[in-house]
Amino acid sequence: MVLDQSFVGRTFSPGEPYVVGVEKIREFASAIGDDNPISHDTAAAQAAGHGGLVAPPTFAIAAVAGAQDAVVFDPALGLDFSRVVHGEQRFVHHRPIIAGDVLLCSVTVDAIRALGSNDVLTLRAELTLPDGTPVTTAVSSLVARGTAS
Amino acid sequence: MSVSFESLAVGDQLPAADYRITRGRLIRYAGASGDFNPIHWNPRVALEVGLPDVIAHGMLTMATACRVVTDWAGDPAAIVEYSVRFTRTVAVPDDGVGATVGVSAVIGELDAAARTARVDLTVKAAGVTVLGKARAVVRFPSG
Repeated sequence: MVLDQSFVGRTFSPGEPYVVGVEKIREFASAIGDDNPISHDTAAAQAAGHGGLVAPPTFAIAAVAGAQDAVVFDPALGLDFSRVVHGEQRFVHHRPIIAGDVLLCSVTVDAIRALGSNDVLTLRAELTLPDGTPVTTAVSSLVARGTAS
Repeated sequence: MSVSFESLAVGDQLPAADYRITRGRLIRYAGASGDFNPIHWNPRVALEVGLPDVIAHGMLTMATACRVVTDWAGDPAAIVEYSVRFTRTVAVPDDGVGATVGVSAVIGELDAAARTARVDLTVKAAGVTVLGKARAVVRFPSG
């Protein structure tokens, strides 16, 4: 095990908020080939009862990536990123992500464990509104191949 | 929502779909997501790290597979949970065709109290399963 076990249980406080842009939702939806009007047309989103464009279900990854990077690129953790592959991803949406949302992201290291010759790092990102309202929980498992010993 | 909860039964199939993933789509996804790892757009780097070719972002495959669920549900806000395991990479050749991701989906479980349906996805590329334990939970409005 080369990863620093003392990271387990640590929570990294939010940095600058992620502001969800109308054009970013459109760009993301277009990039995944999703032409759902609720993610492109504000009038259609409002007609469906939403305050603005609704982000596709995996859009949250764009909002948590920066906060996750601060953890995985922390030299003290000891992760060799050239060996890392994405193992699992889970999203739980407590409410949808809507254009205009101001999202804060805290990241907790839930686990570091060895699986065969690999190290598996489990990160849990919590997206909330500034008033603390939960928006999305995103759990990522990252596998560092061949680093466990 | 274009589907009524009362009409659903465990084992019902959602409309399946095949999606093409091209090099151009990888570039667009890199920009939209902020994931600029060169193994998703630079063949030289992909080969150097032992991959057969440029590969799709796992998160792009995950997002693409979910289109079967959002297209069926109608409203992306109805998807309250979505999780996958990345079991195989999806190579995307620069041959004018790219990769094809085939997605089928079935109702795995219904929760009448919560008005949710668990949708179990099967996601394949070149005949091989590329996402394992792919599951989405869809919530239906009451009444």
